[in-house]
Amino acid sequence: MLNRTIVPKIIDAVDFDLQLKPYQYYTLDNGVPVYSVNAGAQDVIMIELVFDAGNWFEDKNIVAATTNFLLKNGTKQKTAFALNEHFEMYGAYLNRNCYSESATVTLHTLSKHLHHLLPVVAEILTESVFPEEEIAIYKQNQKQRLEVNLKKCDFVANRLIDEYVYGFHHPYGRYTSTIDYDALEKEALEKFYRQYYTNGNCKIFVAGKLPTDIEQQLNQVFGHLPFNTTSIESKNIIVSPAEQKKYHIINDPNGVQGAVRLGRLMFNRHHPDFQKVQILNNIFGGYFSSRLMSNIREDKGYTYGIHSYFQNHIHESCWMIATEAGRDVCNATIDETYKEMRRLQDELVYDEELNLVRNYMMGSILGDLDGPFQIIARWKTYILNNLTEAYFHSSLQTIRTITAEELQVLAKKYLNPEEFYELVVI
Amino acid sequence: MIQFNRFVLENGLRVLVHEDHSTPMAVVNVMYDVGSRDEQPDKTGFAHLFEHLMFGGSINIPDYDEPLQKAGGENNAYTTNDLTNYYCQLPAENIETAFWLESDRMLSLAFNEKSLSVQRKVVCEEFKEHYINKPYGDMWHKMRALAYTTHPYQWMTIGKELSHVENANINDVKKFFFKHYLPVNAILVVAGKVNTDNIKVLAEKWFGNIPMGEKYVRNLPIEPKQQKAKVLDIEADVPLDALMKTWHMPGRLDNGYYITDLISEILGGGASSRLYQSLIKEKQLFSSLDCHHFGTVEPGLLAIEGKLVKGVKMKDAEDAVQVEIEKIKSDVIRGIELEKVKNKTESVIAFEDMSVMNRANSLAFYELLGDANLMNTELEKYHAIAVEDIKNYSNQLFDDNNSNTLHYYSKN
Repeated sequence: MLNRTIVPKIIDAVDFDLQLKPYQYYTLDNGVPVYSVNAGAQDVIMIELVFDAGNWFEDKNIVAATTNFLLKNGTKQKTAFALNEHFEMYGAYLNRNCYSESATVTLHTLSKHLHHLLPVVAEILTESVFPEEEIAIYKQNQKQRLEVNLKKCDFVANRLIDEYVYGFHHPYGRYTSTIDYDALEKEALEKFYRQYYTNGNCKIFVAGKLPTDIEQQLNQVFGHLPFNTTSIESKNIIVSPAEQKKYHIINDPNGVQGAVRLGRLMFNRHHPDFQKVQILNNIFGGYFSSRLMSNIREDKGYTYGIHSYFQNHIHESCWMIATEAGRDVCNATIDETYKEMRRLQDELVYDEELNLVRNYMMGSILGDLDGPFQIIARWKTYILNNLTEAYFHSSLQTIRTITAEELQVLAKKYLNPEEFYELVVI
Repeated sequence: MIQFNRFVLENGLRVLVHEDHSTPMAVVNVMYDVGSRDEQPDKTGFAHLFEHLMFGGSINIPDYDEPLQKAGGENNAYTTNDLTNYYCQLPAENIETAFWLESDRMLSLAFNEKSLSVQRKVVCEEFKEHYINKPYGDMWHKMRALAYTTHPYQWMTIGKELSHVENANINDVKKFFFKHYLPVNAILVVAGKVNTDNIKVLAEKWFGNIPMGEKYVRNLPIEPKQQKAKVLDIEADVPLDALMKTWHMPGRLDNGYYITDLISEILGGGASSRLYQSLIKEKQLFSSLDCHHFGTVEPGLLAIEGKLVKGVKMKDAEDAVQVEIEKIKSDVIRGIELEKVKNKTESVIAFEDMSVMNRANSLAFYELLGDANLMNTELEKYHAIAVEDIKNYSNQLFDDNNSNTLHYYSKN
């Protein structure tokens, strides 16, 4: 008779020898670096061009994001419709995204169609024209979207907490208003485009089941473009956190939930404590069985979910706790969160919990290294943050060896409730 | 072509194994043939609440998540109108942990009162977060109630109202479990770095002695054919007017499903689709617009929904949608436009199949539909569709008497 109370034997994931598949590196004729991972069984491919064109580099609010958004809304030869139809004709996706430091143009396609698509990607980076009518439609629709979003407590809370932590004049703390949309001008977009895309600083990341002539294809299309010729001025922008620490805002008088955000300024990935604090974060609020989830969701039922995480920025970061909780239990949620901070400061984490977190994190990295797109995504993070493979191995080593005592020291250093900004938006 | 092996245990549990030795991971996916369509009208939201309870401890194991995480695994679950799916991924070496956990909660839950009272609250917060405390959050509640008179697709998976979730008691939980959570109503898919012989042994060992129980025979009321267009006007505290139209469409196995799927792509898939180009870009009547369906097993709804540009009259927006509908009904589409949406479909399938987890999930779903191998013949069905099929089927689908319209007006 099977005894179901006996736990099957497991191999501790901490003992796994995890390897990050190396990338292949080469440069195009114009010096553009290419990082490439050839893997996977499906005939699919991803090509991502990363530019130093995030909002870090803009002089006026939302110029960076708008330029990025409108890249494919018209070139000298093609209308927005023709461009979209070209990519969709081949079942391909051309996405663009704007972040704080970088902005990207990403192509996903079946490998067999690649040669039809790459020249149009190049066209978008050199011949976009930002038609007035496209700008007008964009402004109108974005303003309407903003108006809807401002009714949502989580959206409002996310904007405000960033402002408190970094200051509104910092790229991480800035957000948009209808006035910013109204003030957008074609000339500013064109200028930003010429400087940061056409003549910008570009890195290319490629992954999937790659055709044998991929290097030639990339070189032919992108190797003669004027990328990486002028060096981009590195801007040093200082954070200016708010004085006041606690905020309570009624955005919707009839709201049945409040968005709770607690956040504090933290260092970037180069700080000696960064990797260790990631483990503390996991225990605190980083996975399903975290202290915050166990207490505030699974014991009290105050919320559908509560999480803590580090914002993914290059210069600085913020340690954030975020949840939407019942209106009448927002304050109780905050009290319990602080209680969990103090518990990590006052008591050592039990061995059993620490072992569980070690195994969970290792297993999760193992799963995350599965597939070409995941592998290149990890490399991209390292490269954009100026890190090497050593970072991967030291993070594994930290997961394997960190002690409960070290975690307690870190909690005392970084989890002081009075150092967190506190915000509730109903 | 997705390869798999299939066998059935004596208690009726169907097991599918998909080997992929290129990954270090294994996926264990258990799909139960029960969804919100199987609920009583006065106890809606129960299948989904139940999904939460499946993590509240089983008969021999007090906690599901911790042992799985200790084995380096991660998991999640979801409930739809049709089914409930539980899946986990873990290092292949530790796969037996997943068998131990999944089989124990198929054998029996712990029926823990505390878990029930907490998860009732958690689900109520989920309800509020997604459907009450969000502008436009109740549009689909209203639309389902408008479009269906009889069939249980008339309510959302989250439930009709908070009180149904709040009133769930432990007896309901027990009854539901022993009616639906039986080997004979379940499909187990194991995928990744595994071999079939070994999985046969593990399946037999952990699931083999769970009693078969009595197979649940679904006998749902059939939605009568809609005879007349239905319209509902609503006022709400939202910044912009919104329009939603739906038409009854065929179930997942019907040939018409595939045609409807392509129609939705032609009308609303991507920035070169007809509705996007005509109504957002050229006429500038909508600030956002979407055409989609949920791929439900039984006859579902094809929807067009969008937010109007401020100042645009509802009637003008609706008339413009109708112009596009009339166009697809009267003019045969260009071959190249059909090719575009077929190419997109091919590409979507290829990208979806990259992940072992998605492959496991799809195999379970097609097995639930009746034959896992349908996964490998989907693309052919799309390829067989001709330009005339789009026109002919549009005439049937977009019959005005088959339509439901929700005018969602801003109070401001």
